[in-house]
Amino acid sequence: MFNRPSLAFKTATFVTAALLGTTMLSGAAFAQSTVKAVMHSGLRVLDPVITTAHITRNHAYMIYDVLIAQDSAFQPQPQMADWTVSDDMLTYTFTLRDGLTFHDGAPVTAADAVASLNRWGQKDAGGQVIMDRTASLMATDDTTITWTLTEPFVPMLDVLSKQSALPPFIMPARIAETSADEAITEYVGSGPFRFVEAEFQPGLMVVYEKFDDYVPRDEPADWMAGGKVVNVDRVEWVNMPDIQTAVNALSGGEVDYVEAMQVDLIPLLEGDPNVVVETREPTGMQTMTRMNFLHPPFDNQQVRQAALKAITQEPVLAAMVGNPEYYSVCGAILGCGTPLASDAQTETLTQGGGADEARALLEEAGYDGTPVVLMAPTDMVALATQPVVVSQMLREAGFEVELQPMDWQTLVTRRASQAAPAEGGWNIFITNWMVPEISNPISNPMLNGRGSDAWFGWPEDETIEALKEDFIDAETPEAQVEVAQQIQTHALDNGLLIPLGQYTLPQARRATITDMIQSPVPVFWGMQKAE
Amino acid sequence: MLGYILRRILAVIPVMLLVAVFVFLLLRLTPGDPAAIIAGDMATPAQLERIREAMGLNQPLHIQFVTWVGQLLRGDLGVSLISNTPVATMVADRIGPTFSIAILTILMSVAMAVPMGVLAAWKHRSAADYAVMTFSVLGFSVPVFVIGYIFILIFSLQLGWFPVQGYTPIGSGVGAFLSNAFLPALTLSTIYIALIARMTRANMLEVLGEDYIRTARAKGAPERTVLFRHALKNAAVPILTVIGSGFALLIGGVVVTETVFNIPGIGRLTVDAILARDYPVIQAMILLTSFLYVLVNLLIDLSYSFFDPRIRY
Repeated sequence: MFNRPSLAFKTATFVTAALLGTTMLSGAAFAQSTVKAVMHSGLRVLDPVITTAHITRNHAYMIYDVLIAQDSAFQPQPQMADWTVSDDMLTYTFTLRDGLTFHDGAPVTAADAVASLNRWGQKDAGGQVIMDRTASLMATDDTTITWTLTEPFVPMLDVLSKQSALPPFIMPARIAETSADEAITEYVGSGPFRFVEAEFQPGLMVVYEKFDDYVPRDEPADWMAGGKVVNVDRVEWVNMPDIQTAVNALSGGEVDYVEAMQVDLIPLLEGDPNVVVETREPTGMQTMTRMNFLHPPFDNQQVRQAALKAITQEPVLAAMVGNPEYYSVCGAILGCGTPLASDAQTETLTQGGGADEARALLEEAGYDGTPVVLMAPTDMVALATQPVVVSQMLREAGFEVELQPMDWQTLVTRRASQAAPAEGGWNIFITNWMVPEISNPISNPMLNGRGSDAWFGWPEDETIEALKEDFIDAETPEAQVEVAQQIQTHALDNGLLIPLGQYTLPQARRATITDMIQSPVPVFWGMQKAE
Repeated sequence: MLGYILRRILAVIPVMLLVAVFVFLLLRLTPGDPAAIIAGDMATPAQLERIREAMGLNQPLHIQFVTWVGQLLRGDLGVSLISNTPVATMVADRIGPTFSIAILTILMSVAMAVPMGVLAAWKHRSAADYAVMTFSVLGFSVPVFVIGYIFILIFSLQLGWFPVQGYTPIGSGVGAFLSNAFLPALTLSTIYIALIARMTRANMLEVLGEDYIRTARAKGAPERTVLFRHALKNAAVPILTVIGSGFALLIGGVVVTETVFNIPGIGRLTVDAILARDYPVIQAMILLTSFLYVLVNLLIDLSYSFFDPRIRY
């Protein structure tokens, strides 16, 4: 929105500044700094418990706060609360820090946190695991939450501090008591920004104002942890469905920040001294394939192995991203750059040369030429090229591939179908994850081996479930790394997924925006805007 | 005349009903699931099913249809499945930008195209005629988004005369409104100028050969009077049809321009709703645009009698 201050407003500001000039250092005290940001999509769903959509999670980080948060070393840190753990690892005591206030002026109490955690625990996969092991979760006084487990759960704090898919945001108890299947209708948090509901236009514009009563922590901001110091008065998220328009608006100084740039448009901005293109966070995204375990030919482990051997990451990434500065070959199923990364079983994926082995495996498995239905979304830039390259590599290894183009909406509906590929089902598709959301075996959806309760593709895999139990029980980081390596080996042997590599999403900002925090979630605390 | 208007308006009801049934069935038969948009990529099949149940999407088709028609009869357009906002509010928020840009486009197009068409016909086979025709062919052949980006590059980024994107309602001042609306309207005008200019030229050429024009000239009427009072008025009916249907098209389908200039109009609302399979919004938008189409056509029909007194209702 392009509003020029009227002459009357300018005059009034000038006169006021002149009158107060003797007592104030400058008129800048009156300037309200507004950051206009183009986000990766429009915000439509406002309840962060009902959806896992990233834009809703990003919105939630603006207005809500969390008990504990992850730093850049993937370690949990205190945020709203400090904690202690009993020696038997069964009782976690969280103590809320002073000065926590909701946007409606009410103080944050332990009862609010308990109600929020209960609602979250019904929806989040990790939360459900904790709730299964919970003996009691209660507010023992106004600032103390006591969480008692029936058996030790080592990754408890990792799950509570994760920033995807559903982080446990704290809301007032009266809102958190809404059923977990029903969307909330009141948006009150205790986070660093306040949601300006009167100016909200679904899918178009979201407005936040600095919450003056927010008391940040003293530590420096580090990913989602540390002090959330807000230096701007107002943030507007503007949705622009056309990235070229966003680039133009950034060049023209009408917006300050574009969250997700398209790599092939970067050269348009490179010569502009007023714009900076950079990478928001080093780990980025993982692109990967999922096969359907229910139907031939991928119901056969040897055929899944053949697919893995047939695929090499480099050509996929080159077609998808193009500029090697923004992608890297990476075989780690939990993502490169994470504490649990491993390269076991990934030689052909990362270096190629597996086509002969793939052909031999197919022959050994008695593959009869059953066509493989590969779903290819045509309307998602980030997912449009991989299916084409992957289908070609599979064909070269001897697969019959039927590449079926469709829109993303059709794909997400069709992938939920367990029917045979010829009757509206599917064999294989490709999707992308943010690395932090797949970096832990407990929350990585690809590593769920519970058959029809698992993620689309429905593998029934007792070994992976047992390995995840081992991971939960692993008491030291070293032991966790060891189990994670076994998980990697097994997951790739069994074809639970085929990682296709990692890429980063560059962002672009006006040079007047500085001190942006490196983080997997785009956050607006820390940043400064020069006038 | 009044009877004719009433009959035409009553005839809208069965048309709208047919459109409603058709749209309802078509949407439900298209693959795509609003629950999947809400739930996101991480959701398990069980979570999806729970959301579908909460939204009533697992109800049989006829129950969904009856619920929807019942809402419509009460004047309730429903609530967006995705954002939980009343559809009527969403439409009301979005119709202003689309309408104002459509009106501006038509005004600009008519103001330029009719004189161009008249000039081309009057100076038949001259340089002016060829210039108008060349412009028409170009205006019609170059895609709107290309023209939009070229205008943004020249007028916004290089000259800095207009903002790249956004919309300011006319209530905030005509200057502020025009600063945002001018470029999109100019972009859209290129097509309509081409269309209206060609139509005007063709009809004027036909009329200029008629006996009464020769008579008017023979009686010594000034050329301006001959062209604008005698010829243009008689050539107006087909031109008016093009202008009217052009306006209806502008209301329903300026998606590309709205996207390029980031204007929050109903074209984008419809496309966003289709991509998210937000059924209540899509249904309301299709009904609304069909109704507008019928209404605009009625107005065009009624205006014929003004230009051509031989037409009676």
